[in-house]
Amino acid sequence: MDSAIDFVVLRSTPANRVIGWALLAFCMALISVPWWGDASLMRWMVEVICFLVLAQMWNLMAGYGGLISVGQQAFVGLGGYGLFVLAQHLRINPFLAVPLAGVAAAILAVPMSKLVFRLRGGYFAVGTWVVSEVCRIWVSNLSLVGGGSGQSLTVMASIQRDVRESVTYWMACALLIVTFATVYGLLRSRFGLGLTAIRDSEAAAESQGVRVATLKFQVYVLSALGTAMVGALYYLNVLRIAPASAFDLGWVVAAIFMVVIGGIGTLEGPIVGAAVFFFLRWLLSDYGSWYWLVMGGVAIVVMVFFPKGLWGSIQQRWGVQVFPLQRRLKVG
Amino acid sequence: MIEWIDTVIQGVLLGGLYALFAAGLSITYGVMRLVNIAHGDFIVLAGFATLPLVQTLGLHPFVALPLVALAMAALGYALQMGLLNRTLGPDILPPLLVTFGLSIVVQNGLREAFSADAQSLQIGEWQTASLQLGEAVAIGWFPLLVFVVAACMTWGVSLLFSKTTVGMALRATSDDPATASLMGIRAKHVYALALALSFALMAVGGVFSGIRTTFTPDSGPVSLLYAFEAVVIGGLGSLWGTFAGAVVLGVAQALGAKMDAGFGILAGHLVFLLVLVAKPNGLFARK
Repeated sequence: MDSAIDFVVLRSTPANRVIGWALLAFCMALISVPWWGDASLMRWMVEVICFLVLAQMWNLMAGYGGLISVGQQAFVGLGGYGLFVLAQHLRINPFLAVPLAGVAAAILAVPMSKLVFRLRGGYFAVGTWVVSEVCRIWVSNLSLVGGGSGQSLTVMASIQRDVRESVTYWMACALLIVTFATVYGLLRSRFGLGLTAIRDSEAAAESQGVRVATLKFQVYVLSALGTAMVGALYYLNVLRIAPASAFDLGWVVAAIFMVVIGGIGTLEGPIVGAAVFFFLRWLLSDYGSWYWLVMGGVAIVVMVFFPKGLWGSIQQRWGVQVFPLQRRLKVG
Repeated sequence: MIEWIDTVIQGVLLGGLYALFAAGLSITYGVMRLVNIAHGDFIVLAGFATLPLVQTLGLHPFVALPLVALAMAALGYALQMGLLNRTLGPDILPPLLVTFGLSIVVQNGLREAFSADAQSLQIGEWQTASLQLGEAVAIGWFPLLVFVVAACMTWGVSLLFSKTTVGMALRATSDDPATASLMGIRAKHVYALALALSFALMAVGGVFSGIRTTFTPDSGPVSLLYAFEAVVIGGLGSLWGTFAGAVVLGVAQALGAKMDAGFGILAGHLVFLLVLVAKPNGLFARK
């Protein structure tokens, strides 16, 4: 053996350069909507973006950190109520209150993590659910925010209507872009390598010097931050909140279905999943609970027969990546 | 003072019902590390399955119960063989997400079939009759029956695990499925038996719960949470521990509700979180 093998680590393909420009153009188009779209389109897009970010945050935990939570609605509710307390009661600018509500919920996530991290695997999942129930009951008994019947965000009436709608929409765009950029950047970094190692084998990752407990904690808090901002933004968009809807299990159900159907553990998966989710919702909008029956059935079939989800299967077959995360070795 | 004793007694009896909810969860986790997210929804399904037998065929709920339990056991066996065995492996994600999907399917299927209305099962005057002990303490015959049945079931299942061949196969597979299969034990069949047993116990819990209070297609998640809390409070790996955990949860809820009507369920959750902080392995864990 006289010479070392020549190799280069490829982190993207030439196609990714084209895709990158396309993404940039897409972001521009997204930002320009308030100049040509009407209010109902913007409201609908804020909702889509909320669900997409919610799904991506769940995907970060489950697909990369191996943490399966059934209690993310705790953070949606805390974020939403954080907005109402800050904007309605403390008279802070509602748009500024959105990130602040996110930070507040992330701070609350620190003691919550101490509780739920006592449990592992499936028990962690149900434990997060109990914590979210505790939050729901607690908020339902707070008379400041209207108890069980909730309250309206009346301070928004003082802001001019088109300003209100456009700024809410742009905040949603910003949240979407920052979320994807952050997760993409994190996953390409040392942090992402550590997370992927944990997902594949916790024991092996630990033995290689990955600080498993710290990384899981960081993912949990980061996901709480993003999810709570989704909650704040969503209720800034609909202007009315009540504990039953803010802490509804339906939030995490939607997130899980989007991620599982789209492809768990891929950045693109939640986008594909959200498209399927909203398409089915539109298709079955007249059939009530049949919508959820079909969603549940599709998720079971995908999980059993195509565990990588739609995008994961595409990626495996054709090797395409919109957000290049893999490292490929080219020898010679 | 005497009212508090009464409250504790009611709580203990309520714990009997939760023990029936929790036993099945404890067994499937013990045997195959399966956390069945749809556990509560299948409890509710058993309640709904009893409705037509009682309302259309005119059967007494206690007569319908063995039929429902058998049907539920068959469903559990089929579900494990047909679906869940495919998902079990080193990765915990597939079984969790598949049972999560099942939970949504069962909930919405029930809503489609029976509407979202509250239902209940009637057993006549038995329902409210009670044994009067002194002036302030009254023990309902029905809650007492539930408690005794729960204790008998726990005892019976413990015996099944410790004394019978099936129990030996269940324990062997739980310890090491690969070695057990070398001894001629088919792990998949054993897992299916465990889920069948769990489903039969759920049926008992579901029917009793339907007699005790009303139920709707949305009652499932709450039943799952109580069952789960009982298992964790009691400590993993012991059926009597789960039973004791259920009693602790029942007493916590009863005492909480006594202090303030809206505080009962929250008190149960808080005791669960307290145990998690102070004794994460549970109060009655086997060493």
